[in-house]
Amino acid sequence: MNYETLLENLTKKDERFIIMTAENRAAIRNLPSKIGNRFIDTGITEMTLVGMAAGLALQGRIPIAHSLSTFLTMRAFEFIRTDIGIGNLPVKLVGGVPGLMSEANGPTHQALEDISIMRGIPNMRVFCPADEDDMMICMEKILNSPSPYYIRYNNRKPLYSHSSVFVEGKAEIISMGKDINILTYGILFSEALETSKLLESKGFDTGLINMRTLKPIDEGIIINILKKSKLTVILEDHFLTGGLFSIVSETAMKYNISGKVFPIAFKEKWFKPALYKDILIYEELTPLLLTNRILKEIEKI
Amino acid sequence: MTVDKINELKKTAYKVREHIIKMSADGGCFIGASLSCTDILVYLYNCFLNVNKNNSKDPQRDFFFLSKGHDVPALYGTLVETGLLDKARLNNHLKTNDFIYWHPNTNIPGVEFHSGSLGHLLSVAMGTAYDCKLKEQENKVVVLLGDGELNEGSIWEALLVAPSLKLDNLIAIIDRNKFQANTKTENLIKLEPLSEKFESFRWNVGKTDGHSFIDMERVFSKISGNSGKPTIIIADTIRGKGLPSIEEKADRWFVNFTYEEIEDLLIELRTKEKTILKSETLMVR
Repeated sequence: MNYETLLENLTKKDERFIIMTAENRAAIRNLPSKIGNRFIDTGITEMTLVGMAAGLALQGRIPIAHSLSTFLTMRAFEFIRTDIGIGNLPVKLVGGVPGLMSEANGPTHQALEDISIMRGIPNMRVFCPADEDDMMICMEKILNSPSPYYIRYNNRKPLYSHSSVFVEGKAEIISMGKDINILTYGILFSEALETSKLLESKGFDTGLINMRTLKPIDEGIIINILKKSKLTVILEDHFLTGGLFSIVSETAMKYNISGKVFPIAFKEKWFKPALYKDILIYEELTPLLLTNRILKEIEKI
Repeated sequence: MTVDKINELKKTAYKVREHIIKMSADGGCFIGASLSCTDILVYLYNCFLNVNKNNSKDPQRDFFFLSKGHDVPALYGTLVETGLLDKARLNNHLKTNDFIYWHPNTNIPGVEFHSGSLGHLLSVAMGTAYDCKLKEQENKVVVLLGDGELNEGSIWEALLVAPSLKLDNLIAIIDRNKFQANTKTENLIKLEPLSEKFESFRWNVGKTDGHSFIDMERVFSKISGNSGKPTIIIADTIRGKGLPSIEEKADRWFVNFTYEEIEDLLIELRTKEKTILKSETLMVR
């Protein structure tokens, strides 16, 4: 089942679901003819999209609102914070082409602070699936949650067979390493997976964690990894500020623990706009280049 | 509308204004805009909206959204006078033991949604109006906007969208008191011609005197819920209405009066009200 079919089925099964978009139909192109007036396209109007979603949720609906991540979370930020956040309404915000997925669009389209600003809103939860299968495993539970959610839409074809067990606030543990552990989420999961294999081949016992929800966050796995790893790598397509590195730092301070951490994120910069495979090379995010960067870091220990 | 009904509404509006004046001490409130929309709220809750203390949770009720949230003292007062809100709670204005503060919130019975940040509740009302249409319900969704609030881009975005969604159960009202926070609207960002703007956006447009119950009845009774278009009513009002000493005074937007000043204002209101009651009753006859 793909995302569009899931929405169609949910909408037909449960009258609470309303599918909305600010004229971004890439993932939901075939829905209008299938669900009729349960599909609302407000045009290129992110504020109206979010405000209307709040007004629908007030009457018991669960609106699933789509737009590109940057425009949804930033153009309409105050509507999300004020209408959905303060109201604690079960609106689901689905951001398209988040992070590196914006490819060659340029910095206007690079949502690299979306997690930071969404998780800063009281009541708001954040889900960042690793690929299409991971998204589909978790999505029905996420969409049925009584909480508001921001979802980084990710339809990347999977390289890994994910655990079908999903609990909000619990990470998917791919493996636990004695030397290195990589904490990641979203589209870079596939690169992290290959990187972990390369590090293993170099003789480092390497683990990999797919965080899945960044809010609520799996504090247990973070504490465990910080305590047990020689090096914890935090890999994310997000600004260094406010994303998983910040979450790990906050967790470490909260529980008074420390560990050697190597964050790989965008520090005060946007990434080079290009096709995905070329961005990875330019920004040193291919499995081979990531492996080299991590090996250099572990040499310092 | 009978003379008795008009007098009853006037008495209610008088009481609401008394509440507003009393809320403008001990920390103060946005008195000017509250007084300008008082008669509109009194009219809506007593003559137009199907919402009262017995049906305030019924999905079939009419929905009212106060988008220009800073004039909530007028709503608090109206909710008290229509029995939705316990009068004693007004004594808790700005106190930590209650939720009676400068902007509306859903801890107050009768408040459908919080506001305060301008430019939000037109789109929220559209969401609720869409839900009512989906459920094939006949209820009305009314949203009150400020004229200063029309500076917000989100309002024009929503104004553009609502007619395409054919939300003919949606009624927006502009409290056209011709002022925004610090200045007259036309001295800052010119809004006129407003009717033509709304018409070109494909809304049904009406104009009324927002201080005349007879005129509001004339205009609101004509609104059809089956026109295929949303309706917008421009209600001409006076900021600070009822208190000549503060009417249309730019610095009488938010005021924190002393108790002595409050006493004087209540006397002023009483004097002004007697004159109005007398003249308008004569006019009706």
